[in-house]
Amino acid sequence: MFPTDTKDPDHFHKVVDCQWACPAHTPVPEYIRLIAAGRYDDAYMVNWESNVFPGVLGRVCDRPCETACRRGRVEEQPVAICRLKRVAADNKGTLDERFPKVPDEKNGKKVALIGAGPASLTVARDLLLEGYEVSLFERGQQLGGMMRSDIPSFRLPQNVLDEEIETILNLGVDLHSGVNVTSLKEFLKRDYDAVFVGTGAPRGRNLDLPGREEATNIYMGIDWLSQVAFDHVESIGKRVVVLGGGNTAMDCCRTARRMGGENVTVVVRSGYDEMKASDWEKEEAEAEGIPILDYRVPKEFVHENGKLTGVRFEKVRKELDENGRRKLVPTGEPDEIIECDDVLLAVGQENSFPWIERDIGIEFNEWDMPAVDEETFSSSKAGLFFGGDAAFGPKNIITAVAHGHQAAISIDLFCRGEAIESRPARGVTLASQRMGMHDWSYNSEVHHDQRFKVPMVEQSKALSSIKIEVELGFDPLLGHDEALRCLNCDVQTVFEEKLCIECDSCVDVCPMDCISFVQNGDEGELRGRLQAPSNNLNQPLLVSEDLKTGRVMVKDENVCLHCGFCAERCPTGAWDMQQSIISIPQASCRSRS
Amino acid sequence: MTCVPKSKFHHPQLPVNELGLTYRDYEGSMSTLCAGCGHDSVGAAVVQACFELSLPAHRVAKLSGIGCSSKAPTYFLGKSHGFNSVHGRMPSVATGANLANRELIYLGMSGDGDSASIGLGQFAHVVRRKLNMTYIVANNGAYGLTKGQPSATADRGSLMKGGKEVTDEGIDLVSLALSMGATYVARSFSGDKEELVPLIKGALSHKGFAFIDVMSPCVTFNNHQGSTKSYDYLRDHMESLISADFIPHKSEITVQSEPGEAQDIFMHDGSVMRLRAADESYDPCSRSSAFAAIEAHREKGEVLTGLLYLESGASHLHENLNTVDKALNGLGYKELCPGDEVLKELNESFR
Repeated sequence: MFPTDTKDPDHFHKVVDCQWACPAHTPVPEYIRLIAAGRYDDAYMVNWESNVFPGVLGRVCDRPCETACRRGRVEEQPVAICRLKRVAADNKGTLDERFPKVPDEKNGKKVALIGAGPASLTVARDLLLEGYEVSLFERGQQLGGMMRSDIPSFRLPQNVLDEEIETILNLGVDLHSGVNVTSLKEFLKRDYDAVFVGTGAPRGRNLDLPGREEATNIYMGIDWLSQVAFDHVESIGKRVVVLGGGNTAMDCCRTARRMGGENVTVVVRSGYDEMKASDWEKEEAEAEGIPILDYRVPKEFVHENGKLTGVRFEKVRKELDENGRRKLVPTGEPDEIIECDDVLLAVGQENSFPWIERDIGIEFNEWDMPAVDEETFSSSKAGLFFGGDAAFGPKNIITAVAHGHQAAISIDLFCRGEAIESRPARGVTLASQRMGMHDWSYNSEVHHDQRFKVPMVEQSKALSSIKIEVELGFDPLLGHDEALRCLNCDVQTVFEEKLCIECDSCVDVCPMDCISFVQNGDEGELRGRLQAPSNNLNQPLLVSEDLKTGRVMVKDENVCLHCGFCAERCPTGAWDMQQSIISIPQASCRSRS
Repeated sequence: MTCVPKSKFHHPQLPVNELGLTYRDYEGSMSTLCAGCGHDSVGAAVVQACFELSLPAHRVAKLSGIGCSSKAPTYFLGKSHGFNSVHGRMPSVATGANLANRELIYLGMSGDGDSASIGLGQFAHVVRRKLNMTYIVANNGAYGLTKGQPSATADRGSLMKGGKEVTDEGIDLVSLALSMGATYVARSFSGDKEELVPLIKGALSHKGFAFIDVMSPCVTFNNHQGSTKSYDYLRDHMESLISADFIPHKSEITVQSEPGEAQDIFMHDGSVMRLRAADESYDPCSRSSAFAAIEAHREKGEVLTGLLYLESGASHLHENLNTVDKALNGLGYKELCPGDEVLKELNESFR
């Protein structure tokens, strides 16, 4: 292998699994250290710069970071990254002085944003800070998009959302709420330099089964959730069946439980393990007494005298066909009828653009969606951009935020007359953390605590109202202890081959057998000769230049604890612990550093 | 020296031995030796050897004297018995312990000061008595604890850190052990675990006195230009004459070695040391062959390594003294105190 190019920002960035996995590349270990130090304001600001909605995401993020967390490969559970973010949001002080100010002098460019969800709000923030005039159009009266309409307030209290939207509005958004854009063709005639569409995936997918037409008690899940959110619905029947296995289904069933539903059942077509809902959302639903029944395909909505009485299911099992594809085959058991008063459909969402004319020079793809570039978020029409669920279908909030950042970069480049394809580059800087012989500026000791559980409201109280937040969040002490579980993966083991005397001290002391001194070879073959099995190909190898003996140093980054022992036991300082700071460009020139 | 303990987390796919243990289970507490000390590598090699042999750690006794090397047992085999004795007197303590309990595996860890200076007399006698033990000297040619004066094994003509030349003749512990009757004699380098680990495994499996002289650089006081015990000098001047593979008795010996190419020597427990000599004329079972080769390499300024001499099946101290074949703590009251009649008989036998 060639010596590793550690100047390539991606090398050390990949080692910081959480940051690499976060669509917005939030520098997670950095803010976790700040939380451990009780510096909640600073931790919040680090988050705010990257992901705009720390309080919201600290509750309802999809947490790709936790799936990626190295701690999950070292012991059983990842660091509770999401809940730590909430600790910063819950304990921060007044930050008015900390938020950056909009430039006094505008740059004269006007941008319109359609839909006020997380993508548009991110674009608004990034561009306002650059001196743009931003007009935001929302068909409803309240802002936040699906963060407000689809996520029930027992998971995300309205005031948390209000506060973070307010921060953006305070930067000077020209707001047009209650304005429904019904024709893009007409809209584009207005005097804007660029237009961003962030209208989400607003339509629930229907389930066309016998009995669907006559039923009055069958609701589209996302519509029903938003009616609950806006107080248009006050109750639901005692017996409720929720169809679907995603997070919307979990929100539907738990909301139904609080709206009068006593026997709420979730039914999914395929296996429990294949459900799209996050594990923790499934667990929380089950903890509230909601059974999840799997391998049941809905066949019919059953009625008596024009009234819904239940849903009929065919029982199936999983089989693999000769191509290894999974299929569901009937088990032959008699159909099952689950009696109910109401049904909530949460079997998927779709994009819906009835308001975009097909003859205005926008290319549509095979799914009848506007064709959007995955890097620039530009449509085929110059100056028209898409982001969030409106771009590639339903994802999640943090993805929408990431889209917003990229779209804002594109809009900025476009308005400056530059090519939107030439994206600003990422960068990496390394800073030594050595304070003394055995003293580091970060907490290098590996703590062995298991993941701490988040305290919850007593269940009878939690189920009594839709407005009571179920999770109490970590208090500062628990937050501190959980924060210490972080392995500080951004404090990198940096190797200087010229100083190495090949004494083997680092090899001997490394608790995880990450380091080997071996003859060089091809990656596949080399991985087979290292100190310990090296089969996580997603994790890079750090390969040195040739050493005096003709061997190379190879470090497998996979399960490194970043404990700094290699650097402490190195007699010559060939190893050093250095924090990698990855700069992720944003439209505002205040790109993170 | 590191201020925080080593994490108990280990690589998720670490191999386990016959006892279901990983090598991490054979470690000791965190080293307080200087960063880069060769002795830590010797310790790591002991850990690896004991892990590979699936030794139950509580059946091993570590004994040492005084010095950096004699501190080192604290940093390996944390679950074994340990005795950090008086300077140069480890052989006496080991002899006493071994006579009382012959069922443990005895591992002596000493240094060039402890064995070649203050303890030279004790060393010579424990070798000639053929105590059944493994005796490792971590040899760096310097008194590290007292700030780097040349020790008795420092080579004449080599330079001290301050630039002064060593004028006294250096003691070669390997030659000494050979001449005193050691039945397993090896030399190696702390920076070469591929060679060292099988040598330690062989020594621990050897019945009789096994001696390993490990060149183990003192990174603080004796790792400079002009030293003959530095990492660079040893890498440049090491010549591995006899490489040894340790083949445990349970595994099938699939490849029969070709005559002249390798020599299989059976140990008392059925395991095999497979020796490959770089020079065909060398006979690892001949003391004179070993003496000649050691001297020839010394004259060239080279450091000869490998398993230099092995005599399998030789008797050791317990056999020579015809002692009881059990540990004394395993004997009952009746056996220890056989009564008046037996005493009378014994007294009669002297009349």
